[in-house]
Order: sequence, then C-alpha cells, then structure tokens
Amino acid sequence: MSWLAAPSELRERGVVGMNRRNLEFVARHNRRTAYPLVDNKLLTKRLAAKAGIPMPELILDLSHQFEVEAVPARLNELDEFVIKPAQGSGGRGILVIAGREGGRFVKSNGERVNIQQIKRLLTNIISGLYSLGGRTDSAIVESLAKTHEMFASMSVDGVPDIRVIVFQGYPVMAMLRLGTHASDGKANLHQGAIGVGLDIRTGTSVGAVQHNRAITRHPDNGAHLDDIGIPDWRGLLRLASRCFDVTGLGYLGCDIVIDANAGPLLLEMNARPGLAIQIANGSGLDSRLEAVLAREAFAPGVDERVAFALDGLAGAVG
Amino acid sequence: MERWSYVLAAALLVTAGIGVAVYRHADTGVPLVPDEDRTVWQIEARIEFLATGEPAEVLLTLPPEQDGFLVLYQAESGASPGFGFTIDRTGPQRRAHWTKRSATGQQTLFYQMDLVEDPQYRISPDPPGDVREAHFDGPYATAASEVLNDLLPKSTSAKSLADQLVQAANTRPLSQNLSLLRQGHAPAPLISALLNRAGIAARTVKALRLEDGRRHQRLRDYVQVWQEDAWLLYDPRRGRVEETGELLLWQTGTPSVFDVVGGSRSQVTFSMTSQVRSALGLSRLRDSPFDISLHNLPIAEQGMFKLIMTLPVGALVVVIMRLLVGVRTSGTFMPVLIALALLQTELLAGLVGLVLVVGAALLLRSYLSALNLLLVARIATLVVVVIALVMLMAVVSYRLGLISGLAITFFPMVILAWTVERMSILWEEEGAGEAMIQGAGSLLVAVCAYLVMSLPLVRHLAFNFPELHLCVLAAILLLGRYTGYRLLELHRFLPLARRGP
Repeated sequence: MSWLAAPSELRERGVVGMNRRNLEFVARHNRRTAYPLVDNKLLTKRLAAKAGIPMPELILDLSHQFEVEAVPARLNELDEFVIKPAQGSGGRGILVIAGREGGRFVKSNGERVNIQQIKRLLTNIISGLYSLGGRTDSAIVESLAKTHEMFASMSVDGVPDIRVIVFQGYPVMAMLRLGTHASDGKANLHQGAIGVGLDIRTGTSVGAVQHNRAITRHPDNGAHLDDIGIPDWRGLLRLASRCFDVTGLGYLGCDIVIDANAGPLLLEMNARPGLAIQIANGSGLDSRLEAVLAREAFAPGVDERVAFALDGLAGAVG
Repeated sequence: MERWSYVLAAALLVTAGIGVAVYRHADTGVPLVPDEDRTVWQIEARIEFLATGEPAEVLLTLPPEQDGFLVLYQAESGASPGFGFTIDRTGPQRRAHWTKRSATGQQTLFYQMDLVEDPQYRISPDPPGDVREAHFDGPYATAASEVLNDLLPKSTSAKSLADQLVQAANTRPLSQNLSLLRQGHAPAPLISALLNRAGIAARTVKALRLEDGRRHQRLRDYVQVWQEDAWLLYDPRRGRVEETGELLLWQTGTPSVFDVVGGSRSQVTFSMTSQVRSALGLSRLRDSPFDISLHNLPIAEQGMFKLIMTLPVGALVVVIMRLLVGVRTSGTFMPVLIALALLQTELLAGLVGLVLVVGAALLLRSYLSALNLLLVARIATLVVVVIALVMLMAVVSYRLGLISGLAITFFPMVILAWTVERMSILWEEEGAGEAMIQGAGSLLVAVCAYLVMSLPLVRHLAFNFPELHLCVLAAILLLGRYTGYRLLELHRFLPLARRGP
C-alpha cells in the first residue's frame, strides 16, 4: 500500500508507536512524582544548578501579574534573552529576542515586537495559557545561548538544539533539530522543523527529514545536512546521561544546545519525548531500548553508560 | 502474567454484564432489541341486572392463569359507582366481587382487564381430581351406556375416545341413542359427562373467542379432556382445538360464570379490543422486586438518563479513535460533549450551527487578543460572546423560518467558549493547519460518537440494560493496554518501513 505501512514491517524495523511508548516506557520507567522536576523549568534549573549541570542563566522569574509591570525596566538592560513558560509544552509560548532596534525588540526571525506585546506574552504565561491543564504558571526570562559557529550557517530563526533520548541513563538516540521559516524557528518537527538523525556513536549526521520526507539540504539556506558532525560528542552525551541521575526518570528526552562559549547546555527535559526522532534516524528505538534493558542489572556510572552508547549499544546501532 | 490478569478482569466484567442483562431479560421481559411489539387485549365484561332493592351481591368468575396469555393485574379494574369492589381469591379461580347495601332498578357493572399475547408463556396445568361417575337419569343411562359400548372398543386413549364422541355427536343423522341424550343435555356437558362415565377426566369449560373490536359477546362451552399431563380442548361442534391463541379460557374450575344475589334478569356480555404496544412498555408493568432499573425514576429524570447512559459509549468511541486510529482532537472528551449536543439537535443543523458559532467567535477572539486580557477574563468574555452569537443565530433563523437554527441552544456554552479559546491559541501558536487538523479531528470524532450514540439499539440497550456498560468498561480497559501501532502511525512511520535495513 502506498499510504500505510504494514504493521509487521514497522515491527520488524523496531519502530515504537505512541501507545507502546506511553505504556511500556513512559508509564513504566517514569515515576509520576518526578514529572514536576522536568515539567517545571524553574525546578529543573534549581536541580541542575545543585548537580552542576550547566543550563542557560536564569535572569528573571515572574509568577504574579503585578511583577509584569516592573519587567520593562529590567528587559531594557538586555540585548538578548529568551522568555518561556516554566510549565509550557511543545515549544509553545517561547519568545526568543536576539537584538534591539530603537525601542523595539528583534525576534530571532527578524520580526519586531514592542514592550506591550512582551508584557501580553508574560501575562498569558502567568495566567496559564501555555501550561498543561491551564494551571497558573511562572514566566522565565533566561539568557540566550550563543549559536555555535558550526551551526551559524544552518540555523534559521533560532538556536539549533540536540534532542537525546536517555533510557535508564543510557543515551540511545539523538537528533539535531533545526528551525525553519516554516516552523517559525521552533524546533518541533511536526511544525516543520528539520530533524537531522545523529549516529549515537559519533555524533555525525545519518540523514535529515522535514515533514516526514528525507532531505539533504536546508530548504531555507541550502546548508548541507549530510556531513554534520557535533563537536565534543562525548561531553554532550555525558551531560544527557547525568540528567537521569538527577531526575530518576528512566525514559527521558534531553534538549541540549551547544553554546559558542560554554559548550553543551541543558535547555530542558521532557518526560514524554516524541517519536519523530525515529524517522530522523531512519531507525526504530526498539532494539536500542532492549539492549539497555538487557544491561539494566549493572547500574553503572555515567562514564560506563556513555561508553556503552559510544560503542554502539552492543550492536543495536548500525 | 500481568496481561492475563487484565484479560481475566475484562472477561469477568463482560460475563457479569451480559449475565445480568440476560437474567433481567428473562426475569422482567425487557426486550433485548427496541420496538418488539406485543398484542394486548383489553377485555371488558359487562354485567346487567335488575336490582330488587335488597342488598345486592355480584360474583364474576375471572379467567385463570393459562398458556399464551399474560394477565396484567395492574391494569385490572372493576370499579362501578355505588358498588364496593374486591377480588376474591379464595376459590379455585379468582372472582370479582361487587356489593351494595341496597340497589334498585337497572344496574350495570363493568370489569376490565388487559391480557398480553405471549406464545412463550406456559403454566403447569392443574391436574384433575378423581373422576366422578356422571349420573344419567333413567332412559339416558341406558343410552349413554350404549353409546360408550359402541365407541369404547374403537378407542385407545382419552383423546381418541373424545375425538370419536365429538365426531359421533356431529354426524347427521344422529344415532338414536345420541339424539335421545341430546334432547336432555347441551352438547358440551353431554360429551364431558359421557367421558366421565368412561372413567376419563373431562370437564366443561367456558371460553371467550377473541376478535378485535367485537362487542356483546358471550362465553361459549368447550370440553377439556385430560390426556397424560395436559388438558386438550375440544369444541363440541368442531372437534379438537389445536391453536388456542384466539380462545381465552374464562371458567374452568368453578360451577358458574357469575352469580347475582338480590337481582333478576341478569346477563353478562363481553367486548374486547386489541392493540399493539411495545414490549418495553409492557415489561415495565410487570414489577419485579429485584428490578433496580432506571424505569423506577420519574419520567423527566428518565429522559435525562436516556442521554447520560449513552455517554460511556461515546467515551469508548473517543478511546478507539484516539488509541487505535490516532485522530488528534482539541480537548480529550470535548467531542463526546458535542455528540451529546448533536443528539438533541439534528446532525446537520447542529454541525452547521456549531461551525458558524465557533467560526464567528474565532473572528471576535482575534480582536480580543489585542485587548491583552487575563486568561480567565478572556474565557469569560468568550462565554458572553458565544451566548450573544447563539442568541443572534436563534432569533435570525427563527425569523427566516428555520426552526432548526434553534437547535444551537443545546450546545454547552462554556464548552463552546473553551473550544474557541483552544482553537484560537492553536491557530496563533501552531498555525492554521494544526488548528484545522484538530478542529476537523474533533468534529470527526464527535460525528462518529454521535452516529454510534444515536443508534436505536445502542440507546435502547444503554438505558434498559445499564449493566452492559460493564462490557464497555471491559473494552476500554483492554484498549488501555493496547501497545500496537495506531492507524495513522502506519502512515507517519511509512518512511521507516520504506528504508532498507
């Protein structure tokens, strides 16, 4: 059939579906009590600071409407910053300001916004518009990571980040996410961002997809996507792997940016990471997760886990 | 192991649900499918007599329990002005009992009952007592003996003797003996007396022939003959009556159909009508002490529950559409609420109204976003906007003569407001495409849920057999453990299947 894949075919390729992810990985390996640690970015920041995991610097956090009035004074001191909801999901409610132009702020995609629009965004965030279940939320203002030079040619409207799936502390699959005009600079694949599958052993590109189709060049700037190699891959995987020790979440998605100065920075974590990473990698998650499950009894440290991943997860990669 | 315990739990739920439903079906006769019709006979006995001025007392024998007919005792009535009415249950048959201290002149009493035709209804017959030798006077005794001497050698059983007797009694010209006997006896008592004389249990009974719309009917004599363990019915003129569906036995065990004390020139006549009623309506009348059905509620609450009980089915549809198909909806169970509203409107009118209101509210919402309001205030504003739009639509469509436009009022306003808000956020954040996909997904699921929830069979079972919801629960539990691919994932992961290993 041209529209549907046979389930047997997908099973053979080890593709994990949404139902299976929810039941066998998210529900079984992630304790609910640990969810707030990743769902609330303020808690994540505190946790990461304690454990020494580098994250973008927290500039402001606002949880009350009256605090919004005092914000313009602070923001006027900054040239670059990111506003995001502490409990947002799916990249919603995030505003990246990359520069100033007179009294106005320049978004990463070049659009201009004024202080009124920023205040409205803060109001929306605090009243819970972007949080799960509409709970009242806090707005975070944090420093903007500097795009690493190697991504400068590739990034459109935003800082590229690397999503690593960490299972029981083992990095099992990774992809580089590049914003496009179509995705409004956002890194979500279903919004039109590009996913570049990365070889978990080397951090080099294994292929790229946009809108579920394989591509080799960035549609907006023509950058080659088939010869990307991430610098300090081991360091990046170590960072991802440590997130497991900090949160105790067995099935975790870590979003990491590579700052031009500071190196890998943890942007946020996700207790229900999406499955599009399989499409970007052209490979199912199943065999990799099974390889980890087979080793679960060892409970090794970060270095051993990363070494196992760099070694190709006992042959599960390839 | 864990998996099996789930399957077991689901199996238990299904068994319990179906078991209770079948039991209740057998016990109370609530039909398993909607609109199963039954014929109901309404029979009226009319007793007329001339009262003499003394205390009057009237006894009317009432039909016994019998095969093929179900008496609706609740619908029985015998009230007549000035007379006390009771049902006397002391004798072999129930009797209606009217009394009045002093009555003068022409009196008319009515007794009414409802019978349901039910071919499956069977009662165990009451066996006859000892056969009493029928007494014939003088010459009749000789004639009876001769008739029996003639026929007995030719018969082998009660049935064959009765067959031959009826045949002989209806053969013209009659034999000398029979014609003598007929001069002193009516046909039915004669036949039963002759059978008794031969040692066979037989009795004369009175029955009413049921014909729709007939009035002034009288009971007619029949003969019942005990053969093995059942009473066989004989028409003294035509022979064996095989099909008793149109004959209602009225008097079997008492000596008389009715007795009048303190009156003269009495007579009883019968009239009857038949009507077709739904079996459901009838089952309600048979009250069972264990019946905890929703029928015990007041009518208004029943109407409410008719809707509410379809909700689990709608929830099941949502579970199927989301877990098996993978349709994205805005708001998890919002589609069920829309489906519930659609049930009260018409499908098309409801959908058009919904799309119009949500569309118009979305336009206004884009203006609201410029006002920079807090979330709660914005939703509240939308509630007001939605209500204004609904009002406008109702008035305009009514003016245009489109009554169906009024249907929009059935939609829950706050749900509509939230829908507008979510759609609008989706639109701003993820673009028109995603908003359309989720909006269309919600509508699709809502229409699917509506189609299932509006099936007459589903509505009937959901309301009349609430225990079947255990089966719905079992299905939801099983689906909750489904780890296979969703239908839309087969499309989503197509690139993975295509690539070689």
